[in-house]
Amino acid sequence: MAKNISFTIKYWKQNGPKDKGHFEQREMKNIPDDTSFLEMLDILNEELINDGKEPFVFDHDCREGICGMCSLYINGTPHGKTATGATTCQLYMRRFNDGDVITVEPWRSAAFPVIKDCMVDRSAFDKIQAAGGYVTVRTGQPQDANAILIPKQDADEAMDCATCIGCGACVAACKNGSAMLYVSSKVSQFALLPQGRPEAAKRAKAMVAKMDELGFGNCTNTRACEAVCPKNESIANIARLNREFIKAKLAD
Amino acid sequence: MATLESKIPAGPVAEKWSNYKAHQKLVNPKNKRKLDVIVVGTGLAGASAAASLGEMGFKVKNFCIQDSPRRAHSIAAQGGINAAKNYQNDGDSVYRLFYDTVKGGDYRAREANVYRLAEVSASIIDQCVAQGVPFAREYGGMLANRSFGGAQVSRTFYAKGQTGQQLLLGAYSALMCQVNAGTVELYTRYEMLDLVVIDGRARGIIARNLVTGNIERFAAHAVVIGTGGYGNAYFLSTNAMGCNCSAAMACYRKGAFFANPSYVQIHPTCIPVHGDKQSKLTLMSESLRNDGRIWVPKKLEDAKRLQAGEIQGKDIPEEDRDYYLERRYPAFGNLVPRDVASRAAKERCDKGFGVNNTGLAVFLDFSQAIKDFGRKEIEARYGNLFDMYEEITDESPYETPMMIYPAVHYTMGGIWVDYELQTTVKGLFAIGECNFSDHGANRLGASALMQGLADGYFVLPYTIQNYLSDQITVPRFSVDLPEFVEAEKAVRDRIQKLFNIKGKRSVDSIHKELGRVMWDYVGMGRNAKGLEEGLAKLKEIRKEFYSNLFIPGAAEGVNVELEKAVRLEDFILMGELVANDALTRNESCGGHFREEYQTEEGEAKRDDENYFYVGCWEYQGSDDKAPVLHKEPLEYEAIKVQTRNYKN
Repeated sequence: MAKNISFTIKYWKQNGPKDKGHFEQREMKNIPDDTSFLEMLDILNEELINDGKEPFVFDHDCREGICGMCSLYINGTPHGKTATGATTCQLYMRRFNDGDVITVEPWRSAAFPVIKDCMVDRSAFDKIQAAGGYVTVRTGQPQDANAILIPKQDADEAMDCATCIGCGACVAACKNGSAMLYVSSKVSQFALLPQGRPEAAKRAKAMVAKMDELGFGNCTNTRACEAVCPKNESIANIARLNREFIKAKLAD
Repeated sequence: MATLESKIPAGPVAEKWSNYKAHQKLVNPKNKRKLDVIVVGTGLAGASAAASLGEMGFKVKNFCIQDSPRRAHSIAAQGGINAAKNYQNDGDSVYRLFYDTVKGGDYRAREANVYRLAEVSASIIDQCVAQGVPFAREYGGMLANRSFGGAQVSRTFYAKGQTGQQLLLGAYSALMCQVNAGTVELYTRYEMLDLVVIDGRARGIIARNLVTGNIERFAAHAVVIGTGGYGNAYFLSTNAMGCNCSAAMACYRKGAFFANPSYVQIHPTCIPVHGDKQSKLTLMSESLRNDGRIWVPKKLEDAKRLQAGEIQGKDIPEEDRDYYLERRYPAFGNLVPRDVASRAAKERCDKGFGVNNTGLAVFLDFSQAIKDFGRKEIEARYGNLFDMYEEITDESPYETPMMIYPAVHYTMGGIWVDYELQTTVKGLFAIGECNFSDHGANRLGASALMQGLADGYFVLPYTIQNYLSDQITVPRFSVDLPEFVEAEKAVRDRIQKLFNIKGKRSVDSIHKELGRVMWDYVGMGRNAKGLEEGLAKLKEIRKEFYSNLFIPGAAEGVNVELEKAVRLEDFILMGELVANDALTRNESCGGHFREEYQTEEGEAKRDDENYFYVGCWEYQGSDDKAPVLHKEPLEYEAIKVQTRNYKN
């Protein structure tokens, strides 16, 4: 059965990228612990609105852990500490205790400027994707889907790389603000499939170049990204990207 | 007045699409560059359409409300996508997929559209595999399949429990490729608030930049909306929080007919409601019904003890369990279509057999499957879904049966379109969930992804040319034309009006009230008296909205409450459409169940003599005025219309 808990929430307020920003706080009373973290923020906002104030702004959408909109830094961890490794929307209040102080901040990275409060601009990810994160194929009627056989193991591994939801937790967790886990997951998905091989070299170079251009930092193998990834993307992908990248450079 | 001409090509159903393509008008490459197309929405339908049109050479502007096209709610589809490949050698064919879809839709879909959908389904799989979508495979390297409700073959392709994600990322990558090529211009965090019509043709949109708050004008030779369904009119649904029907309502107010709004799909396998602070309902994929068995106790006293929390599901012995779907529908068992499964769950719970503290839940049990295949195999098949369930409910489905209950999931109704996917407003097209044509009164599992991609990759890019070929001499439009100025002003006035209410209630508090009325009076079981009461309550909610709404902040900059207020205003209008259509349709079919019209066994009772038509609603100039009903008669040539039977 659900029990109720009371706690203090400290949440980040910032009016646009140039504003300095500050914390505000509120006592939350008797919140059922089967409430999700975002539903708790809904309750906070309902209270703020009833007080005539502007609500706390944060990105969220599907609330099923798949759209990648969630981008909250909770008590020092991107997405907060969930049991199975999931996004904030899958975090439930039963993970907190009565009397806790819960701190909520935005993703902090030079490449993700704050739009308002905890809503950040992640369009840099789209730009990296546009630089080469695709297989160039014309809409129409390509050959039959079973014409190229793909060993199950390769398909499964490509699928693991493809589950990245593009939330940006990896960047937020990295002391260098590197996007290597995000980029390497996409590069790996295509590198593992025969359909992706023809453009593999071009893709690795173009996506890495775009990532550098957009102000993401370098990877120094601290593995902080892997630890917070809600979809358990592995840094083995980064090693694969490095191999693809070096191969491509050597061929130049 | 707009007319309802379905433009179904002549000839036998299997040849219509080939005939159409052979005779339609095309636009030559040089002229394509002179033509602009606006695509609103970046889900499976919108992204695939924008990418395909861009690649063909049209100048495309693509809009979405999220921060990236990859976030559209298609991403959350779990189970799979149907295609008539017959890779399993189990007797599948284009005709069988066509037949299953028409039957699954309770004979209320348009035959020619459905056949075309089945026909292009195989190409979708080819396309996606070529894009690098990592579908599940067998050890020999061939693509794997599984079964979904309403079918006796395995024709569903899947990528773990994340098929929608993988297909959307495929479409997204195709889209970003075109963005890079400069054929598609992307507008993220933009919301369409009005359609601009000039001389009876759609020529642009008015959209709000959700970051700056600016109201902006965009012109084009044609407008395509792929903005999804209206499930969130019920507040609690499996839709994402941002899903809304505002773009569709803008088109409806500008003359696009709205078809079959009462056809709302209630999905049988969702995690039950837990409290009044809940914001959304989580779907558990239909694929679980491949191996999970649905049951409630046979004895009422066992149910009572479950509800009181005195015993658990696993304490009830096998002989005291009622596997009611297997009992009622031996031929399809746990894989009956969604409407049938949902109603059967409601029937048991209404009789007092519910298994949780609210009495509104049934068991979905994997103990047999774990015994048969081993825990490891079940983990491989459904691991991510089981983890999600455990995170939400704090119970492990490996140890104790899941609890599920039906929830609003998908809307079969939508903007009326002809065979070309063109609405009653010339130059305005609707694709994906936001149109009405392919699923009749009930959609089969794994068919939404199929339809979204069919429309976007394979249908619209052809049919829109038949329209645009007449537009090649029409120069690009200026957004300074009076129609644009006027439409922008109307949007500004509307926003100001909402701010001026200055009442006391938040948007969500009124939205929740709307949702309760919709669920209680216009939900899974409907009747004339309830619907009339519901309509009266909707009027009161509208009154409350206009007199007591409070939006903090300003029209400039980010204002989430303003966004939600505009959407709620449209959900209220939408709710009335659903209720009106449900009240007018004096029969039960698919997702529309009128309690007065059922067989002795409690099955939906159709009335083909009087209701064999598409109900199309025309706006009458004001939200307060009742809409007018027009009918598009259904004509079946290939399939014999009969009573749906999933028993034998």
